[in-house]
Amino acid sequence: MNHPAPSLLKATFAIVRKDLAAEFRSRELLSAMLVFSMLVILIFNFALELDVKVRQSVTAGVLWTTFAFAGTLGLNRSMAVEKDRGCMDGLLLAPVDRSAIFFGKAISNLAFMLIVEAIVIPLYAMLYNEVRIFQVEFLGVLLLGSIGYIAVGTLLSAMSVQTRTRDVLLPILLFPVAVPVLLASVKASGGIIAGADFAEILTPLNLLIVYDIIFIAVAFMVFDFVVEE
Amino acid sequence: MQSKPIALTILDIISVIVLGVATYLALVFAPTEAVMGQVQRVFYFHVGTAWVGLLGFVLAAISGIAYLVTKDMKWDRFEVAAVEVSTMFFFITIVLGSIWARPAWNTWWTWDPRLTTAAVTELIYVAYFMLRAGIEDPEKRARFGAVYTLLGGLSAPITFMVIRLFRTIHPVVIGNQSAEAQGGFSMTPDMRTAFFFALFAFTVIFIDLLWHRIRLGGLQEKVEQLKLNVSM
Repeated sequence: MNHPAPSLLKATFAIVRKDLAAEFRSRELLSAMLVFSMLVILIFNFALELDVKVRQSVTAGVLWTTFAFAGTLGLNRSMAVEKDRGCMDGLLLAPVDRSAIFFGKAISNLAFMLIVEAIVIPLYAMLYNEVRIFQVEFLGVLLLGSIGYIAVGTLLSAMSVQTRTRDVLLPILLFPVAVPVLLASVKASGGIIAGADFAEILTPLNLLIVYDIIFIAVAFMVFDFVVEE
Repeated sequence: MQSKPIALTILDIISVIVLGVATYLALVFAPTEAVMGQVQRVFYFHVGTAWVGLLGFVLAAISGIAYLVTKDMKWDRFEVAAVEVSTMFFFITIVLGSIWARPAWNTWWTWDPRLTTAAVTELIYVAYFMLRAGIEDPEKRARFGAVYTLLGGLSAPITFMVIRLFRTIHPVVIGNQSAEAQGGFSMTPDMRTAFFFALFAFTVIFIDLLWHRIRLGGLQEKVEQLKLNVSM
């Protein structure tokens, strides 16, 4: 019998639903990312002595470093689960477009990262009495930065999971390539916290959007080469 | 077993000669710069090595795309050769720059756009070698390597643009100079001669090394083939 292949959108969301369902049942990935994030912030607290004056200038940097580290943890885990239990082969055998696998994994990774951010940001605000991070612009930058980071991270984690050094390799591959996202995000969100004019944060914001578009497109195009056997 | 091509031997000899001439032009022929003195002579080799370093990275990204399209292993050999040679030249650029920066800027290193981009690019290509080292299957190694050079080649210019938002002190000798740059100067005709000859010399040396490395890659492959034949 010849079933028609499901549409790209349908296939993508089937994968997202599978990932979210599995995660909400075990909660191992989210809880690891969350605890890890809190520990990083705790370490920063003592390493940088986050008093009122220091906080002004480093809040954006501390938050982005935390999310970047927690992000690699999540990306590694989410791809390792597929590989270890042979699920990746199953996904590849499914009669769907390969890009549905990429977008599905990317969207569920993004969902995990945004959930972590949604919990860590209010906690940070509460711990340090930093309410300026609840601005629409700040949250917008957070979303754009996470999208770019996850797009390239999903592609690279699909690569690193197939190597001998797997877990160690992902941050080494990801951080140098993701430098533009992290720098532009820190620059833009730091400007917003400092109350800069919108014109001033427009340049990093534009670069962030450019990065997002280029890397979503490229990751989507080359994902086939990364998963083919 | 193919022997070393005559053309390559000739290119070896030419490379040594042009390197000698470029050294003479940079260290003796070119006039001493009025403000910075002798240390400015680093400039000729600094720009020469940086040029071939960048050239190699661009070539690597292009051959990465060529590999993904054609799946021909010769592009993979070309890509590895280009990245390896360029990584070395780029490292020399950074070291020479630091030697110059110490007297000119009074610091070995500063987080200027060019310097930061150079450091990040160098790290991308170190990561490239670590990625390749972790994969046994040659075909998969070639595929992943090609994808990563492509990502690196796209990310480096954006890094440069982002860091440019922070101010720069790196001088621009050719083209427009930023008002905050320190250590800039204008070239006399003799300096120009030394400068362009250095660019030419390093291009020749680069091609020579690239050729050697590609040949080495081919021989490596052959050795692996022979080993497989023996064990079977």
